[in-house]
Amino acid sequence: MSIFEYNGSAVVAMVGKNCFAIASDRRLGVQLQTIATDFQRIFKIHDKLFIALSGLATDAQTLYQRLVFRHKLYQLREERDMKPETFASLVSALLYEKRFGPYFCQPVIAGLGDGDKPFICTMDCLGAKELAKDFVVSGTASESLYGACEAMFKPDMEPEELFETISQALQSSVDRDCLSGWGGHVYVVTPTEVTERILKGRMD
Amino acid sequence: MECVFGLVGNGFAIVVADSSAVHSILVHKSNEDKIMLLDSHKLIAASGEPGDRVQFTEYIQKNVALYQFRNGIPLTTAAAANFTRGELATALRKNPYTVNILLAGYDKEAGPELYYIDYIATLHKLEKGAFGYGSYFSLSMMDRHYHSGMSLEEAIGLVDKCIMEIRSRLVVAPPNFVIKIVDKDGAREYAWRESVKDTPVPSA
Repeated sequence: MSIFEYNGSAVVAMVGKNCFAIASDRRLGVQLQTIATDFQRIFKIHDKLFIALSGLATDAQTLYQRLVFRHKLYQLREERDMKPETFASLVSALLYEKRFGPYFCQPVIAGLGDGDKPFICTMDCLGAKELAKDFVVSGTASESLYGACEAMFKPDMEPEELFETISQALQSSVDRDCLSGWGGHVYVVTPTEVTERILKGRMD
Repeated sequence: MECVFGLVGNGFAIVVADSSAVHSILVHKSNEDKIMLLDSHKLIAASGEPGDRVQFTEYIQKNVALYQFRNGIPLTTAAAANFTRGELATALRKNPYTVNILLAGYDKEAGPELYYIDYIATLHKLEKGAFGYGSYFSLSMMDRHYHSGMSLEEAIGLVDKCIMEIRSRLVVAPPNFVIKIVDKDGAREYAWRESVKDTPVPSA
């Protein structure tokens, strides 16, 4: 079994009309055994920037701690929050630093940039950025997620419709992957508010 | 074949560990205490390579004591768990410790807590957790019978059910177990469950 499949994960982010949604599953496993069903994969960097880390849980936790540290330092120096594009470059640089002994994580970054324009991107474990205008996926269920998102996505969805779409895409994909699932965690972010919802799906 | 498991009840946390010290096919002793008192209100149950287990838990114990000497107040359970994870994570890519840890503690503010820390430094707060081959039996038993806020009698009943299951279904089941509890009155040994008694060494 690959090191990326040790804990199991599924992460997806989608762009809507002046908003974005980011969702993940909630399972923490050790290969075939499930340890917890309330594992947090999506982290808030600031009100308009979220990062979700799929892959090895220990590296996701270490990487998250390093990123929060760097962002807090940036906030102290610049007296403002980091833009999503800048943050994505920071994550990419941190990952490439470990080129020959990498963190086994694939981050998905989603935020509202200048003028509250939604920004999403993903990268591999070495920091190769992949920008997209519609959706990005990551984790053990990524192939299913690509198919589900491609079928269900429409441009310029309102927050409520975006929530429904991303939830259905996530649930149908993790149901086909034994290493991810046990519920879902969805954040829908607009310029004025952040809505957090827990999904209950097939709990297996 | 090391079995460690634990659960959180109403105002207390219990951890149970087997007490066999094994080297290949030989059982050196069957009354080895694998649950260490970290400080007055914390317990650390460890399983894994024997040298690493003793060395690493003693290291954590002494550092927790040092913090109390320097700062005059004890660490919270969450802080001790995060410190332990940090040490494991730093060592992971240099010379890793193969120790799995269940850290149980009681704070006035947070109440009883149980933390699961993998040998690769995955940290997660849980209500019930287990390590080793015994986890296949104890986790299932706890999934069936556990509920939030169990009384001490109920919790010990569940612990005994798990031990019975391990003894009857695990092929090289350890004969003896130690049960330790932590609550507002502190961390202490609760009971032993012995089916094989070591012959006492005659004194000179």
